[in-house]
Amino acid sequence: MTIRWSRLAIYTVLVFFAVLYLLPVYILLVTGLKSFTEVGLTQMWDLPSGLHFDSFTKAYKALDSNLANSFRMVIPATIISCLLGSINGYVLTKWRFPGSDILFFFLLFGMFIPYQSVLIPLVKTLQALHLYGSLWGLVVTHVVYGIPITTLIFRNYYANIPTELVESARIDGASIFRIYTRILFPLSLSGFVVVAIWQFTSIWNDFLFAATVTSNPNIQPVTVALNNLAGSYIVEWNVQMAGALITALPTLLVYVLLGRYFVRGLMAGAMRG
Amino acid sequence: MTASGAANGVDERRRLPRSRLRHLLRTITGDQAAAVVLIVPSVLAVGVFVYGFIGWSALVSVSKWNTVRPDYTYVGLDNFRTLFDNFRFQIDIRNTIFFTAVFVGACLVIGFGLAALLDRQIKGEGIFRSIYLFPMAVSFIVTGVVWRWLLAPRAGVNLLTEKAGFSPIHYGWYTDPTIHYVHAGSRFADVLHWAGLGFLADPNYGIPMAMISVVIAATWQMSGFVMVMYLAGLRAIPEELREAARVDGASEVQILRRISLPLLRPVTLSAMIILGHQSLKIFDLVISMTRRGPGFATDVPALFMYETTFQANNFSRGAAISIVMLVAVSILVVPYLAWSLRREARL
Repeated sequence: MTIRWSRLAIYTVLVFFAVLYLLPVYILLVTGLKSFTEVGLTQMWDLPSGLHFDSFTKAYKALDSNLANSFRMVIPATIISCLLGSINGYVLTKWRFPGSDILFFFLLFGMFIPYQSVLIPLVKTLQALHLYGSLWGLVVTHVVYGIPITTLIFRNYYANIPTELVESARIDGASIFRIYTRILFPLSLSGFVVVAIWQFTSIWNDFLFAATVTSNPNIQPVTVALNNLAGSYIVEWNVQMAGALITALPTLLVYVLLGRYFVRGLMAGAMRG
Repeated sequence: MTASGAANGVDERRRLPRSRLRHLLRTITGDQAAAVVLIVPSVLAVGVFVYGFIGWSALVSVSKWNTVRPDYTYVGLDNFRTLFDNFRFQIDIRNTIFFTAVFVGACLVIGFGLAALLDRQIKGEGIFRSIYLFPMAVSFIVTGVVWRWLLAPRAGVNLLTEKAGFSPIHYGWYTDPTIHYVHAGSRFADVLHWAGLGFLADPNYGIPMAMISVVIAATWQMSGFVMVMYLAGLRAIPEELREAARVDGASEVQILRRISLPLLRPVTLSAMIILGHQSLKIFDLVISMTRRGPGFATDVPALFMYETTFQANNFSRGAAISIVMLVAVSILVVPYLAWSLRREARL
């Protein structure tokens, strides 16, 4: 009997926290689905009288070109990041050379720095390269600063693929490129999924680079547009909420569909505890 | 190589270094050279964009560049001196210390608590885990916008009590300008003074209440991550260990405290470093949720840096702030990185 009660207590706590974590989602959905006549702040917690998409339509109209910008930036950046990370991970595990561990440390540190400490030179350099204010400038930025984490994830991933496989192929006369394309690459699918999800999520969610590298509202990614929308006093709060949900939707969708891989990226990012 | 050198005794000494180099080059296969070539673009990119740019920022931080036009006249550490004398920066340091301490503490306690509960054969564990973790997938900007409305004084959480049938709360959340601190002249201040810590009786060493709202939003977003780390750590502890303790009559709480927690120390350390370094550079959440707050109560160095550099065009001061942030993060991260790489090498 006492055991049952303690089980009940555990479930109660777990459910309580689940409700707490979902409160913002409830507010987002409920607010987004209300009509303009029932969105007063005092009715915040009330259910909508019916399904209205007024707020979503209005928020989408304000954000649609920025959503497109985000996709145009995040897709090429993610693909290039994955390829670079995979190659680096391959070299750092299967073709180690003297000093490769120090090199890895040197790469890894780049993942932790506050990006403020590179922001001024970055802006000046991108201006000199005529990439400032363009989506390609953002792509370059995200690819470069993504190198540490993508290398780390692929390095951990390839460390689990037996080196004997590479050795025996090498004895058979396969070159470094052939071993990669014929052996490693076909085995890397789930590694690529982990890294792609990680990069997609962090590039989509980025604000600092997006806000400093692009200043033209027509070029800016959706996080910057949402922040502007939310900072404006003329935009109703329900539209802001709907905009927040629209901004979160792509990464949330990835999380719901491929959560397992998201967690693996997260754990790799946390190094090995 | 050596054979040809030996044939000509006089030249041998002169030739030796060159022949050694040639020997080394010959033992390097084409593949090994290709391996180095493959990684060079990434190394160069990180070398320039991380290390080169940090050096450049350091150069800006000791310059006179405080208008739109670059001016690299060397002024020594003047920018740092004026920065640490600046009242806004002093408040920022207080805010960051408070935020870091409470945020990391809250995440560790909630994350560990949830993990410990989830580790006890829970039905629907996957669903609970997904719910606790999903905020991690969302942008800090989204989090900021949502929590700004949830903690708005005239709405949100304050109204919940009214819905539950009680009178509504009128708490100000992030609009509350209160700073709790030891007032000079109070009895506790006298004690501090007696201990040589009299300087602590100052609002600059107080608790900014508005910051608690930011902590709540950040904890909502990050505690699931700590939960996942602890859960993985708990699952890595051999069940026999806990089973043996159970046979000896230990309670679940005792097992957690005496066996699991000590074994989870590396996880705790990792979580502390990762959350800690993130809170030192927190920016997105603050800019979308509260900005500076009342009397800079929710201001942080990253926001100060952003406004100083890109709105006030005071590049040298902005660079100085960023270098201080970098040093703070490095003190936390470099020993940790060295430690975990060495640990990995030992495994």
